[in-house]
Amino acid sequence: MQLDRIAQSLLLKEFISGFVLTVKYFFKPKATLNYPFEMGHRGPRFRGEHALRRYPNGEERCIACKLCEAICPAQAITIEAGPRRNDGTRRTTRYDIDMVKCIYCGMCQEACPVDAIVEGPNLEFSVETREELYYDKAKLLENGERWEREIAKNLAKNAPYR
Amino acid sequence: MAKIIVDGVEVDVPAEYTLLQAAEAAGAEIPRFCYHERLSIAGNCRMCLVEVKGAPKPVASCAWGVRDCRPGPNGEPPEISTKSPTVKKAREGVMEFLLINHPLDCPICDQGGQCDLQDQAMAYGVDTSRFHENKRAVTDKYLGPLVRTSMNRCIHCTRCVRFTAEVAGVPDLGALWRGEDMEITSYLEKALGSELQANVADLCPVGALTHKPEAFHYRPWELTKTDSVDVMDAVGSSIRVDSRGREVMRILPRVNEAVNEEWITDKTRQIVDGLRLQRLDRPFVRENGRLRPASWQEAFAAIASRVKGTDPKRIGAIVGDLAAVEEMYALKLLMESLGVTNIDARQDGSMVSPVYGRGSYLFNTTIAGIEDADAILIVGSNPRIEASLVNVRIRKRWRAAPPPIALIGEHSDLTYPYEYLGAGPDTLSELAGGRHSFIEKLRGAERPLVIVGQGALSRPDGLAVLSAAAQLARDVGAVKDGWNGFSVLHTAASRVGALDLGLVPGEWGLNAQTMAQGEVDVLFNLGADEIEIAPGAFVIYQGTHGDRGAHRADVILPAATYTEKSGTYVNTEGRVQLANRAAFAPGEAREDWAILRALSDVLGHRLPFDSLNALRAKLYSQYPHFAAIEMVQPADGFAAIQALANIGGTLGREPFVSPVKDFYLTNPIARASGVMAECSALARELKLEAAE
Repeated sequence: MQLDRIAQSLLLKEFISGFVLTVKYFFKPKATLNYPFEMGHRGPRFRGEHALRRYPNGEERCIACKLCEAICPAQAITIEAGPRRNDGTRRTTRYDIDMVKCIYCGMCQEACPVDAIVEGPNLEFSVETREELYYDKAKLLENGERWEREIAKNLAKNAPYR
Repeated sequence: MAKIIVDGVEVDVPAEYTLLQAAEAAGAEIPRFCYHERLSIAGNCRMCLVEVKGAPKPVASCAWGVRDCRPGPNGEPPEISTKSPTVKKAREGVMEFLLINHPLDCPICDQGGQCDLQDQAMAYGVDTSRFHENKRAVTDKYLGPLVRTSMNRCIHCTRCVRFTAEVAGVPDLGALWRGEDMEITSYLEKALGSELQANVADLCPVGALTHKPEAFHYRPWELTKTDSVDVMDAVGSSIRVDSRGREVMRILPRVNEAVNEEWITDKTRQIVDGLRLQRLDRPFVRENGRLRPASWQEAFAAIASRVKGTDPKRIGAIVGDLAAVEEMYALKLLMESLGVTNIDARQDGSMVSPVYGRGSYLFNTTIAGIEDADAILIVGSNPRIEASLVNVRIRKRWRAAPPPIALIGEHSDLTYPYEYLGAGPDTLSELAGGRHSFIEKLRGAERPLVIVGQGALSRPDGLAVLSAAAQLARDVGAVKDGWNGFSVLHTAASRVGALDLGLVPGEWGLNAQTMAQGEVDVLFNLGADEIEIAPGAFVIYQGTHGDRGAHRADVILPAATYTEKSGTYVNTEGRVQLANRAAFAPGEAREDWAILRALSDVLGHRLPFDSLNALRAKLYSQYPHFAAIEMVQPADGFAAIQALANIGGTLGREPFVSPVKDFYLTNPIARASGVMAECSALARELKLEAAE
């Protein structure tokens, strides 16, 4: 018994088995990601940064129905509405989301009857001051333009389940 | 009374009840769109179908009387069912038909969240439709600056048509075509010509008619609701002020059978934008002929330095039309402590006075009492523009069974026919002298009603006219046990409260006109904007809007409007009502009583209260009837009419002219409102068109 143990120590059996494991994993595909340069998989229902979308012809989708404002459990959305000056249609004059209050529950996009407010795939919107996280309508529309391709793809993928 | 069984519960109801009313009496809920308590029965939406035992098919409960039901074979009471599977199926069918042509654009519809169709589709509808064809499309109609149309949404309940024809008395709306092609229209793309037109948007059970000025601005669920009372006229309609944050968003009527039923005038409702425009939000002091913004301390110091060296006989106070009882009381106490007797709340020069008793200036008959009158004489008033809801009551009385109605004053369209007797006091004395046939109708009436308006009283011979009208009323037996048919119709919300407080010139005191002509050196102006103040006097204006009073002021103290303070108002009947605070005054503006309390401190005559409650406690101990909220303290009619009749005096010759020149622009809030300006311009246009 004791001889056995001595032989194992002398022949570095545990070291070698450990080393073999290390080498095995050395050649296996990596689980970690080199984050800023690589991104993990995000499903089509991923709830990231908000965006206000437009129709393909450039028309704003949002019709100021205020359902997102009503449903928002964190009360992060503030909307003011009125008739648009040129054609009198119902539009928002103000659409603010307080991204600090937001809990990313996705209820706003579920409530939206026209798929205007969506939570896009973007999760990299960290900033240095709080003020930058008080999004206004211009910022949200800009997000919509920037992420439209991904958002449309994700919505299409999710469409059969809605 | 008739017995009827509703869902197995036997109830005893008046025989003239409809099945719908009987079902409600039994506690069963019946959905409906076209039926409305205050309009005639149309029976065209079919939503109120119920099953009557023995009937081959469901019947529309709104149009089927209890006395029309046949009893059972052994004389059992008739039986109806509101919850049976047949009824459920019938309702689902009706709802499916209604939704066939309804656009389902709830997200962009202003009615969303307050829509009868939405609610009832949730409760009684099914979630699918079998209709796959194209929906009907209808062009939107122009109905003026207050009502926005979206006619695709119309379900043809015709409530709006019935309202304009029956209650407003202006048959401007109607329906063209029939069946699915039916369209509600004003025929000639003409704006509605009624001062009650915005009520049609309240009546509309869907979003076909909505309020244009506030279109898209709010959702009903965002608003904080405050019960309040209107101050645009002396009727004191019950209103609900809906606000969001610091801002008043809309004003809606509240049901009050005694005053406004459930209607309000367009001025009451659409004044909202006037509450935030042209506001005085900080004190101002005039220096070298120009007003400059100042602090409260500077403003008070400027007042104190002027008041201290002035003889109390050369100080005066005028109270405007929108003041609440609390601040008038505070002003009265302050002026008393300064030894001032020049105080007047009648800026229009009206001759009504509390010395002849409370019955001499109240609308003694009460507004609901108009419905009992069986002969009506209107003297020097145009109730349609001075007190629209009083006019609605007279019209309601006329519709029920036309009594003889006569008018002395300006000839105008009152929405009901009347006998035009003449224009001025001559006719009144002719009538009193029995030289006119209408006197016989008044004498023959059981409950004659004489309404005296401010057009007859706001003139130098006003007291003589009031006396003559009182003599007439006494002679025709208008004041008797159980009936007081002598009524004074006021136009200012503050007037009756002020008269109750005795805000009229004391001994050797000057009245408002004399004060304004420069008989005083220091004039305290509590929101009086309808009076021209001659140059010379040092004017302290405490008010809300940059209107005539503020332009003439030397010191401006910014105050709160009726939606921004808790205040007591007394309407023309003498009904004490409470306005509650729905929002806060802008900037440095404060509640009126608090300004007067702070000013009294600076003037060295501190008023004996530190809170509104303390003020009210003192007010109620001195004038107990102000504590009876929502109540009318009946006045002694016999004594008042005797006192009035004994005044006598010589009547002038000028015709009576209504004090309200423009219905839409009667006070500083209305003049600040853009919507009211638009309505006023349009009304002038309509008038010119009619004259052509």
